[in-house]
Amino acid sequence: MDTWSLLSICVLLGLTTRWAVSLNSYSGAGKPPMFGDYEAQRHWQEITYNLPVHEWYFNTTDNNLNYWGLDYPPLTAYHSLLCGHVASLINPDWVELHTSQGFESSAHKLFMRATVLIADLLMYVPAVVLYCFYLSEGSNRKKVCLVLCILLYPGLILIDYGHFQYNSISLGLALWGVLGLGLGWDMLGSLAFVLAVNYKQMELYHSLPFFCYLLGKCFKQGMAGRGLFLLVKIAVTVLVTFTLCWLPFLTDPGQVLQVLHRLFPVGRGLFEDKVANTWCSLNVLIKIKTILSTDTQLYLSLAATLLAALPSSIKLLTKPTLWQFKLALVNSSLAFFLFSFQVHEKSILLPALPVCLLLGDLPLPAVWFLQASTFSMLPLFLKDGLFVPYAVTSSAFVFYSVYLLSALEHSSEEELRLRPVRRLVCLPRVDLGRIARWTFYLSVAAMAGLSFMSVALAPPARLPDLFPLLVSVFSFLHFLGLLLYFNVVQIAEPPSPRRKNPKKTE
Amino acid sequence: KNSFGLCCHEITHIFHSTDFEVHRNWLAITHSLPVSKWYHESTSEWTLDYPPLFAWFEYGLSHVAQHFDKKMLVVQNLGYASPATVLFQRLSVIATDVVFIYAVRECCRSVREEKGSKDLLVRPYFILAALLLWNYGLLIVDHIHFQYNGFLCGILLLSVARHLQGRHLEGAFLFAVLLNLKHIYLYIAPAYGIFLLRSYCFTKDNTDGSVRWSSLSLVRLIALGSIVISVCALSFGPFIAMGQLPQVLSRLFPFKRGLCHAYWAPNIWALYNVVDKALSVLGLRLKLLANLPKASMTGGLVQEFQHSVLPSVSPSATLICTLVSILPAVLSIWRCPRGARGFLRCLVVCALCSFMFGWHVHEKAILMAILPLSVLAVESREDAGIFLMLATTGHYSLFPLLFTATEMPTKVLLILLFTLYSFTSLKKLFRGFLLNTLEVTYLLGLIAVEIICEVVYPLLPWKQTLPFVTLLAKSVYCSLGVSYSFIRLYLSILRPTDKPKEL
Repeated sequence: MDTWSLLSICVLLGLTTRWAVSLNSYSGAGKPPMFGDYEAQRHWQEITYNLPVHEWYFNTTDNNLNYWGLDYPPLTAYHSLLCGHVASLINPDWVELHTSQGFESSAHKLFMRATVLIADLLMYVPAVVLYCFYLSEGSNRKKVCLVLCILLYPGLILIDYGHFQYNSISLGLALWGVLGLGLGWDMLGSLAFVLAVNYKQMELYHSLPFFCYLLGKCFKQGMAGRGLFLLVKIAVTVLVTFTLCWLPFLTDPGQVLQVLHRLFPVGRGLFEDKVANTWCSLNVLIKIKTILSTDTQLYLSLAATLLAALPSSIKLLTKPTLWQFKLALVNSSLAFFLFSFQVHEKSILLPALPVCLLLGDLPLPAVWFLQASTFSMLPLFLKDGLFVPYAVTSSAFVFYSVYLLSALEHSSEEELRLRPVRRLVCLPRVDLGRIARWTFYLSVAAMAGLSFMSVALAPPARLPDLFPLLVSVFSFLHFLGLLLYFNVVQIAEPPSPRRKNPKKTE
Repeated sequence: KNSFGLCCHEITHIFHSTDFEVHRNWLAITHSLPVSKWYHESTSEWTLDYPPLFAWFEYGLSHVAQHFDKKMLVVQNLGYASPATVLFQRLSVIATDVVFIYAVRECCRSVREEKGSKDLLVRPYFILAALLLWNYGLLIVDHIHFQYNGFLCGILLLSVARHLQGRHLEGAFLFAVLLNLKHIYLYIAPAYGIFLLRSYCFTKDNTDGSVRWSSLSLVRLIALGSIVISVCALSFGPFIAMGQLPQVLSRLFPFKRGLCHAYWAPNIWALYNVVDKALSVLGLRLKLLANLPKASMTGGLVQEFQHSVLPSVSPSATLICTLVSILPAVLSIWRCPRGARGFLRCLVVCALCSFMFGWHVHEKAILMAILPLSVLAVESREDAGIFLMLATTGHYSLFPLLFTATEMPTKVLLILLFTLYSFTSLKKLFRGFLLNTLEVTYLLGLIAVEIICEVVYPLLPWKQTLPFVTLLAKSVYCSLGVSYSFIRLYLSILRPTDKPKEL
């Protein structure tokens, strides 16, 4: 079958899965007074449509910041404005100031889901297709399989189409950024990435690799001539894009400060709820939230994050290739996720995107990570009533990706690049590839078991949070292990001038 | 490969239609009431109108259901639909689909393929599996509209597969079971009957291919007969013993309903109705006719109505039409049996005849023809062309089953998926285009019809006065395609072949 028709079928399959998931419940459905993220998005449409720009981020009589105040950068606000205009054309009740709070109807749900689908179709899906066809290796058949696997990644589908968010826009823009950089169009790539950061400030998790890659490329081209010129061009692009995005707010420094204050709520503590990062898991043993003051917590997390992200960034600076760039994206965002301040479990999508890009090269670790990332969000899905879509999409994903990408066949020690580990561990007889495979089986089985238990069994009365805690600690261990693995893979690569590693298998 | 189908079937939808309540009611009836009351019960409007074996099946299910939610088994709880109930019903459909998956596997194993191709995606085995497991019609009807069609089609396909494999007694047994589960399969019983009689009971043919009367094997005949009779006895036995047979039969064959379903299935009677309506309008305009009764044919309810100009059609008339149309096909496999594949072709023709000429045909019935035709489609180029026409048109005619805006993307995406896949895979298998220009134009016209009906028509002022024009248009347009495929398929069965005959 020719590539074009196979590709269309895969894209259609991805879209069908997305729409099927969107038929389910959303966050905060039928739960007054606060509802959930769905209501937050609707509220932002109401605010941006009815109020002038300078009131969007401020606490006024019309705009109560305690009720889902805007806490994303301006591009989200502009997108909400656009959606608000369309909503008012269809049914003005949906965005009526004050009276539309908590509005829920099936027509409105259809509208909101449709906005997500359209955004996805315009931003994320084309980026994925272009990435697989231009920046990945292998036969055409393999590229199409890659498209299918990336499009079927359950975490993004369940959060965007279930819980309700617009991550596909920010992740899509970031992917366009990667695409631009990979194809050598540095300015367009940086433009796309700046737009991504201006859509959701969490994209800053990816900023270190982008910065180091471009800086490293400038250094390589020589700081005296072309390198400096490239640096200046990129700097100008970034500054101009920022200015354009923030234009309505630049008239008054108070505006800028308030927006920044909303985007980075430093007063909120090290973590909220159960999230699969270091601090929450550490909190099980030592109650750091109570021992340390807020300021100390802030500095501690800052130091830990930078320390964790440093090795990969330096390596990328010295060797700015696409392969290093992809690995650095994973390492940096995972380090930020594990050690940063006020991380939400949905932020796991930020490392998940670059890991999706590694599906073609390191299928087994990538699938493992993606499976763990979906699993780590299980408590959130249970709260939203999304268990069935979760179960179906994650089992489908693990089966299809392992089958289509031949993950288990390509899991020899060589292909997993575990030679540096062997040198460290000094166990000549043991087959690391086999250990990896068996650990993978056990891990998937444990995830399935824990998922089933979370739903079927009631936790003991003394430990009401038992299952979410188990889920987050289990996922944390996975993430930590995979962080170490990806760091090893990135750093142990020889600093030779070769661009690719020789053993690229089908 | 089987997991593809399983995953697809498990994409759960929350929607449930009246059929959901129907099956809940039947679970309640069979569980709570004694056997003697099953076919007399009429608290709910959805009375038990499937044969007794299906009732026993529901009875078995109800024993599992009581662990999910006891309240659903109370007959008085009309419209009861707790989450546990929905979950149980959906799980039961998924569980019985296992039968369907097994049947698909058996069918795929019986398919002939050339030894050359190694590529998985182009092997007939894979294509057939995908066409059956991902059959758009089955997905829509079973999981969105809620019925046990997967289970029933599975038994049908399994019976077909057994015949293809030469295990005729098993095939006959399975068909007897199927008949006692849903009596609509009575329409294809002639194909089974004549085929088994001719090819199984008469063991040898004369040299010119005609039947050798002396070779009648009584043993085989008795074996077949006893299998069929014992299955029927098992199912109807208790009711005959209680003297309830007339009541059961009256429930099974309710001829009170109108010639056409609320939405006309795209068969001959749709065209007949339109011609009648057109003639009556023309007659009024030309003042040839004085006054006519106002016929409301797509009034959204199942009503009886009279035709204005052309003679009205009664149930017996449709029965005679169906029997007359089946006759040539059945005679042709008597005269020159072409083995199991000839039987399959005759089965599809019988199913299509019943669809075209039957009384109160539901558009879902087209699946009874499309699914077995898939098996023929991966083996012969001409059949693949007919299949593409019939499947695309038939699936499109199922669109009105899902009418809310939320279901629109689902049905559009799924039909695009299936159509794209069937066209490209069959084209690759047979290396070349399978449809001529006229057919392609007709199929593209389907897109135009959909756009006009969904987008353009609601904006026109006529929507208030003639609200059912869209349904009518779709039904008539599809009936053209279905009739065309029907005629082509019929010609293929009547045409004498020069291939060697095998069993």
